[in-house]
This record gives sequence, C-alpha cells and structure tokens, in this order.
Amino acid sequence: MAAGRSAGGHRGLGLRPGQSGPANAAALTAPEASEAKASSSTTDHSKLEALDKDFQTGPEVTKACLTCHTEAADQIHKTKHWTWEFVSPETGQRLGKRNIINNFCVAVSSNEPRCTSCHIGYGWKDGNFDFASKENVDCLVCHDTTGSYKKFPTGAGHPNYASKEWPPKSGKMRPPVDLKKVAQNVGPTSRQTCGACHFYGGGGNAVKHGDIDSSLGKPDKDLDVHMDAEGLDFACSTCHRTDAHAIQGSRYTTVAADTDGMVVPGKGNDERATCRSCHGERPMKDEKLNDHTDVVACQTCHIPAFARGGIATKMWWDWSKAGRKIDGKPVVKNGKGEVVHSMKKGQFAWAENVVPEYRWFNGEISYTELGDRVDPETGVEINSFGGSADDGKSRIWPFKVFKGIQPYDAGTDILAVPHLFGKDPDAYWKSYDWNRALSAGMQSVGYSYSGELGFIESEMSWPITHMVASKDDAIACDGCHAREGRLKDVAGIYMPGRDSLKPVDLAGWALVSLVLAGILIHGVVRVFSAIKRS
Amino acid sequence: MSRIYLFKRFERFWHWAQAALILTMMLTGFEIHGVYTLLGFETAVSTHTTTAWALIGLWAFAIFWHFTTGEWKQYIPSDKPGRIFAMAKFYAWGVFTGDPHPYKATPERKHNPMQRLTYLGIKLAVNPLIWITGLLYLFYNSWGGVLAGADLQIVAVLHTVGAFLMLAFLVAHLYLITMGETLFAQLKAMITGWEEVKE
Ligand code: HEM
Repeated sequence: MAAGRSAGGHRGLGLRPGQSGPANAAALTAPEASEAKASSSTTDHSKLEALDKDFQTGPEVTKACLTCHTEAADQIHKTKHWTWEFVSPETGQRLGKRNIINNFCVAVSSNEPRCTSCHIGYGWKDGNFDFASKENVDCLVCHDTTGSYKKFPTGAGHPNYASKEWPPKSGKMRPPVDLKKVAQNVGPTSRQTCGACHFYGGGGNAVKHGDIDSSLGKPDKDLDVHMDAEGLDFACSTCHRTDAHAIQGSRYTTVAADTDGMVVPGKGNDERATCRSCHGERPMKDEKLNDHTDVVACQTCHIPAFARGGIATKMWWDWSKAGRKIDGKPVVKNGKGEVVHSMKKGQFAWAENVVPEYRWFNGEISYTELGDRVDPETGVEINSFGGSADDGKSRIWPFKVFKGIQPYDAGTDILAVPHLFGKDPDAYWKSYDWNRALSAGMQSVGYSYSGELGFIESEMSWPITHMVASKDDAIACDGCHAREGRLKDVAGIYMPGRDSLKPVDLAGWALVSLVLAGILIHGVVRVFSAIKRS
Repeated sequence: MSRIYLFKRFERFWHWAQAALILTMMLTGFEIHGVYTLLGFETAVSTHTTTAWALIGLWAFAIFWHFTTGEWKQYIPSDKPGRIFAMAKFYAWGVFTGDPHPYKATPERKHNPMQRLTYLGIKLAVNPLIWITGLLYLFYNSWGGVLAGADLQIVAVLHTVGAFLMLAFLVAHLYLITMGETLFAQLKAMITGWEEVKE
C-alpha cells in the first residue's frame, strides 16, 4: 500500500453523533458498531506517563506532546495550516486565508475568534496572535481518534473546558472535552479529523467546496471510489501525503496537468497529490479514452457532478439582503431544511448533484486582492484561472462557480472587509450597521473606509477534484461529444460531434439535395413518358 | 435474349461487402458528425473504427485482385468522347422516348463510358480522400513530424467533404442502376453475375 496509507485505530470508526465541524452542530452519521483495526503504531499513548494527567487546557496537552515530538511544533509553524498565508510562486500574490477576500464570509481579519475555530492553534483571537508560540499548536484537532474533541465555535481555536451553551440561547449544552482521554488516544489523522474543518468551510456543512462535505465522513463507493468506507477506505492523507507535517496538494498551486508519471520512490517529483501520481498517464483499458488525457483532466469525466452525497452545497450568497427579518423571522429555511435567508448573512441558494462548469486550466490562479480596483458594472472575479487550448500545459477542468453579492467600498472601488463577529457594537452581527462594520473591518487591515457603501456581484471558482465516481458512472462520450454537450463553451479545440464547419455542411447537404431533386424530376418524367408510350 | 456472365464471384462479394461497410460508415459517420443520435456516440465511433479497418482490408484485396486479373482496365475512360456523349444523351432524352440502350456490356467492357468515368473518380479521388483523412483522424494523437501541431479540424472537415461526396454518389448510383436494359437488369447482374442482353 502507498506510504501515506495510514493504518491507525481510527479506521472503521463511524462518526460519533454530534461530531461535526465547530460551525455545525448537526449530527452527521449514525454511530457504527466499530470493529476498529488494531493500531500499527509502536507506541500506545495511553501507556505514556506524560499523558497520564488531568489536563486543564489544550496548550498543556501540546506541551506534553512536545516532550517526545520535539520538532512537531516547528514543523507546524511552517505550514499553511498554521500561518494561513501563502505566497504564490507564480504571481507573487500574498494569499492564504489570512489575506484573501472571498465571497463567503469575506475575510478573517477582525473576525478572528469565530474564524479561528478552524485554526490549527489556540488563541488566535485578534491581530496580536503569537505565531512563534509552540504550546499554542493544537495537536489534538488533527490527531484525535475518539471523535470527542471539538473546538468551540467562538473559542478562537480552543475547545470548551467547561460546559457551555451552543448555539447561543438554544438551551443546548456542549459538554467539556475530556483532554486526558483524547490525549491518550491520539492516532493518525482521518477523514473525520480533516473533515472537522474542511467539510465545514464557508461557515457550514458543504457550503464552500461542493466536492467536500460531511458525506465524505463515511462515503460509499458511489460517492467516492477511493474513500469508500467499505472498500478502499482512503483517508484524506492517503493522497494528501505529508512530510514533516507539510501536506501535499493545494488549491493555491493546483497541479493542473501532471506529466510526471507515477510516483516511484527515488525517482522524480514525488510531491504530488494528483490522480496520475498513482494512476499514471494512460490508466484506462480503452486506448481511445487514454488519448483524451492530454486534453481533459481526469476529474472532468470521473466527477460527473459535485454535491453528490445528499447534502446541498451553497451556490449563491447575497450579502445585500442581510440585516432584515422575513415575516419576523431572522432565519428562513426552505422545504428541505436549507437556510435560504439569514438576517446575519443574507440570502442563499443551494444545489445538489450540480453539473460543474468546464474551463481550461493550467494551474495559474490569480486573486483579486484587497485594494485592487473593482468595477461594479462587470462584477468581480474573486479568483481567475489561467489556461488555454494551446499553451501546452492546460487541461479542461470542472469547476464549482460560486456567485454572490458582497459589500465593497463604493467611494474607492475596492472590496471591503466587514467586521462581522464580536461583542462590540461595530460588529455587523450586533448592530447590523454596514457602515460601522466596514469601518472597523477596513481599519483592521490598514485601510480607511470612505463611508460609501456599495454591493458588487462576485464570482469565485473552485476546481473540483473530490467525490470521484466509480468508473461506470463516469461521463460517457456523448456527455461532451454532442452539439449541446457539457463542453459546448470550451473553445480552442475541434471536437467531433460538437463542432462542424457550417459552410461545408451547407454545401454538402445542398449537393445531396440537388442530386435527389434531379433524380426525382428525372424519375417523374420517366414514369410519365413510359405511360404515354405504352 | 442471351445471358452474359458479367460479374465474377469475387467482384460481387467485393461490391456488396463494400456497400454494407460504406452504408454503415455513413450512418455512423454522420452520427459522429452530430447530425442525429442513433447508436450513441461511443458505439458509433467504435463501429466506425471497426468497419474502417474492414473497409481498408477489403480495398487492399480489391486493388490486388484488380491488378492481378487485369480488371483494372475496366476503369480506363473511353478514348472516344462521342460515346460518353451518347450515354449522356440517352439519360437526358433517350430514356424518355424509349430509345434502345446505346451501350452493350461485354465481360471485357462491363461499364458504360459514364460509369467508367464516375467509378474512376470515386476510386482516384473520393476513396483516397476518405481513407487518408480517416487514417489521419484515427491516429490523431500520434501526429508528429510535419503534422505536429496541425489542426484536427482540417482533417475532420476534409473527411466530412469525402463523406458528402460519397453520399451524393450513393444516391445517384442507386437511381442510375435502374437505367440498364430493364429496371432491375443491373441489380440482378450484380446479384447473380448474369446480365440478360438483347441480341
Ligand atoms: C478508410 C475508411 C475510414 C476511416 C479510417 C475513417 C475514420 C474516421 C474517424 C477516425 C472518424 C472520427 C471518429 C472519432 O470521433 O474518433 C471519422 C468520422 C467520420 N467519418 Fe469516417 N472513416 C472512414 C470512412 C468513412 C466513410 C466511408 C464515410 C462515409 C461515407 C465516413 C464518414 C465519416 C463522417 C461523416 C465522420 C464525422 C466527421 C466529423 O464530424 O468530424 N467515414 N471517420
């Protein structure tokens, strides 16, 4: 099995009820009778003296971890999981969660204690977080195997150490975490630990990616051939292999066209989380299909739709509708239980089994950064993707295209950072006053807000790469080779079945029609003359 | 009336096999072209590809046969233009007035002057156009050398032009064979090999 295939005790564990992302309190999957496979680790953490303590806080546990794993915190400090920052080697743009403005919850700055409930650390509650702190690395959120460790949604990365109500005013109490039990049961990462944050990106289950949601906690083969809990049972880290806590595969530097062949130890580049790093370049039995791999990404045919796990993904988010109740209600759900209006966040649209949009993609991504001028007439592309038919490094990729309307500074024509979360009256979710929220938000990133509120249409695209269907469900030829197929708007290539040269078709059918007409006339005259003669 | 043996066994086999293959290829080809949906794109392509190899094989045999038997001479155009003119006049006028057929087929000269010319055109222009572009199309992914970077569209369009010419020929052909000695004389000859001719 591949080196990254972990074989820890988490395997076979169903998701515990209530084990969900910090942002979502819903239970995901029914508890499963667990026939946990024996751990292959050489250490049983429950036998370690350092962990046989009644820990009061997360950082105390981390200190204990570091007594043996001396380099772990330094390793984490170098990762995007810790810095939330990424400088694009292609464009030089300073990206990462910390810097980006998107069209979901827009931006982290000034909202830290809420957003950082998905940070791999403890205590990032404002702009003064100490990124050099070792004890503030959260080991447990990734290495918990009990399913009982949950960061508190507004706790700046801490779990709750005492019983605490969530959601606010719901009367439901979250029990405190048993840190000793969690620490004594650490193990490899799992779909559950990665999913605790990544399933809930954008503020809720399935909101952001479209191809990553809690249905991947325990998927069947139809949903994902590789993660199929009854089959291959891949963990995230099976493909996203790690070295020194650095994880391969990134949306900021997507490998759009992997031409390096299969990963062979000691040979070539082995830092890829691509399909081809395992499957090679011509993996199919049918050579005609293999002939497509220089044009089409694997994902394009093998992920016929996203949000396939029975959970709808968010497709539309209109912030301009926030701040009001509908019929006196701050939250309105549709018949399927999806929130379609929220006073805090505005209006939403959701969809399941969404057919992606398809575009050329060569791996180059550029973002509209804070301070870039935007045009309310055209709207703004939060991110845009390089690629074309003839640059030699592009493939046709599937995308989730997420659209919305978000606040911007109409005086300076730049995207705005809203201060959403907080107990202070400037927070939008307290006073519902955009001007105060934008003033405070922009100030936190070193800009001053002109006072002119505007809303702008925006679009953000997400390459789709998860929820790989079994091969029988891959898109068949005529999904694309048809006049109105999936790739009807992809330019730059001739595709049989989709394309034709209109004048040639016209001339061809004209010729055939003329011959037919000639025959008809000739035939009619022939019949009549024969009748006349006889 | 007498009978002459016009089409030998191989010739008839070749003709009908070719007819079946080309009909199949036309049907699947225009489906690939997106004109209609019949078998589905995938089956259309695989059928088209299989029959393409069959057709190329058949053509190879037929060419070999024509040269070893000397039958290729059947397609040499008549050196007397007047004969073609006589045929044309018959099709344009004589059939209506009941004139006798101006051409008497013999095993040495099976085809009338117009047929000779048309079949020669098909063999020298349309067939090569179709199979050269067809093979290029088939091996599109292995293009290298002078072809590297060339546009598939050019090949596809030329292949389609060939297909239209073939279709136009087929339509005309189906009608023209009814203008032998009798309505079905030529069809019968291609089935049994024997053609009935007036003394
Ligand atoms: C030597 C014989 C032939 C070969 C090797 C050949 C090969 C091909 C190939 C490879 C394709 C493209 C299929 C694909 O999408 O992969 C094609 C398409 C096509 N073929 Fe043929 N073919 C042959 C004969 C014919 C004949 C006899 C006809 C009709 C009379 C025909 C009509 C067509 C048409 C209309 C298309 C669609 C072209 C387009 O839309 O791009 N082909 N052929």
